[in-house]
Amino acid sequence: MIAVDITVRRGAFTLNAAFEAPSNGVTALYGRSGSGKTTIINAIAGLVRPEHGRISIAGSTLFDSDAEIDLPSAKRRLGYVFQEGRLFPHMSVERNLLYGRTAGADPHPTLAETVDLLGLAPLLDRRPASLSGGERQRVAIGRALLAAPRILLMDEPLASLDAERRAEILPYLAALRRKLDIPVVYVSHQMDEVIRLADTMVLLEAGEIVASGSVEALTSRFDLAPLTAERDAGAVLACTVAEHDPRYRLTRLAFDGGSLWVGVLNLPVGEPVRVRIGARDVALALTPPSGISMLNVIAATVTKIGSGSGPQVDIGLLAGTTALWARLTRRSVAELGLVPGMTVHALVKSVSIADAATGPKLDAG
Amino acid sequence: MLSLTPVEIDALLLSLRVGFWSVAICLPLGLLIAAILARCRFPGRWLLDGIVHLPLVLPPVVIGYVLLVLLGRRGIVGAWLYETFEITLAFTWKGAAIAAAVMALPLTVRAIRLSLEQMDRGLEAAARTLGASEFRVFMTITLPLCLPGLLTGAILAFARSLGEFGATITFVSNIPGETQTLPLALFAETQVPGDATPAIRLTVIAIAVALSALVASEFLARRVAKRLGGGQEGAS
Repeated sequence: MIAVDITVRRGAFTLNAAFEAPSNGVTALYGRSGSGKTTIINAIAGLVRPEHGRISIAGSTLFDSDAEIDLPSAKRRLGYVFQEGRLFPHMSVERNLLYGRTAGADPHPTLAETVDLLGLAPLLDRRPASLSGGERQRVAIGRALLAAPRILLMDEPLASLDAERRAEILPYLAALRRKLDIPVVYVSHQMDEVIRLADTMVLLEAGEIVASGSVEALTSRFDLAPLTAERDAGAVLACTVAEHDPRYRLTRLAFDGGSLWVGVLNLPVGEPVRVRIGARDVALALTPPSGISMLNVIAATVTKIGSGSGPQVDIGLLAGTTALWARLTRRSVAELGLVPGMTVHALVKSVSIADAATGPKLDAG
Repeated sequence: MLSLTPVEIDALLLSLRVGFWSVAICLPLGLLIAAILARCRFPGRWLLDGIVHLPLVLPPVVIGYVLLVLLGRRGIVGAWLYETFEITLAFTWKGAAIAAAVMALPLTVRAIRLSLEQMDRGLEAAARTLGASEFRVFMTITLPLCLPGLLTGAILAFARSLGEFGATITFVSNIPGETQTLPLALFAETQVPGDATPAIRLTVIAIAVALSALVASEFLARRVAKRLGGGQEGAS
């Protein structure tokens, strides 16, 4: 487990951060630029010294102002992937990869494994200056992994890349996430990256932690929508592949409280898949609809009706333990007479698969 | 015309030797001072900065005289050096090398400091996160990346040392075969009325040495730039 509880002051900026993250899986530090995300991982890495507080990984203390412990970066055994890669320009890719490799240290992962995982074989003899942005980041990730770290820190590793390069490197990160057995702290201001890669999320604004918890829990909270919703609000659902229907080329994804049919996914049954359902893509009916083309109708209870004076109202729903989110016009809410506690049927117009390599939005009409 | 006279050979070899030792003194000292000035914040930093730069702004004769007072056989440091190590600097080629090094030091410090300040310090931080000790960071990251600055510093020091005149003649005088470098030999020739040929020959030698040094430095600078992956140009 990673436990962070620190205060950092830099001029007029003050960061107060206290959170815990599980010892495996990806924890995303999410917030706008200037919210203090990078300061937190720099403090974990020992590159920024907090005014006071504690930082520990798996019970071993890296920093404790009361006990006057401040381990130098070199002794913290971490892997840090910087936004700009920071490859050493005077060394070949291979020498960069092996820089953090010390004699007698954990021999895993090996160079061969890492090269294989990140597709670096054709790059080994090249110089960083001749690599593309995506290649550089892959080398930077490999270099961090080969130092056999106890924790992997990633500071917006995709931010300096264009959309095409991001799409090129995301599958590597997703594969990494499944293979790593060390905690990863991932700084990002892109919700799609967070949904795709993170398990836990720490939401930051102006140097304060606004909320932390599972990605599913935080994305379903109305009050956090201004921070979590980039373009449109929506809920993230943790599903598993339940069955495939080869005849109609569909896959059923089960979650606690229901299931969803989506276009066939090339994943084995039982594989976890995270999907996102936009609030605008959910319609509500009071009775189970019949004679409609939609495949996905989920029985749910209204938990919350958003306030606000705009033409649209957010409706919080709960199916089993899974939160859903619908955005309706104020008039529809009035005509249906929606109140918390009512049982409704959510008609899901489309589902986007956030986790699988198939990527783009699939209509499930 | 093509064969050099013994006086010319002496002056040429002495100039090269003084230049070499001046660079050998300036590089480590310059690196140390540049690192302190570029990286450390302490009260009195301005004073160190000022003292290092004095030779650039003072008349060279003043520097030569200060050296004579400090390092002469009866000088404060000179007497101690003589009693402890039996080293004499005044009126020897070693003194000439010291004088040249003192005059060249500000140029070396400036060149190295510039490249230290331009260096991406994030690379050093990255090396630390990979477990590298401070010594390893310095040897494998800092030093190789400020190689262009070291090279420029060395070339400037060498060139400055070849041309050093005022501090040298004041501190170690103009002794043929011991302290008479090319400029001092040329100066001696110009003091003799009559045939101008010896002076012209020395001038040609000085030009040849300077040109060779320039060509060699250009060649080295290209190699260094290539080694750094074309990412960095020489700091000058």
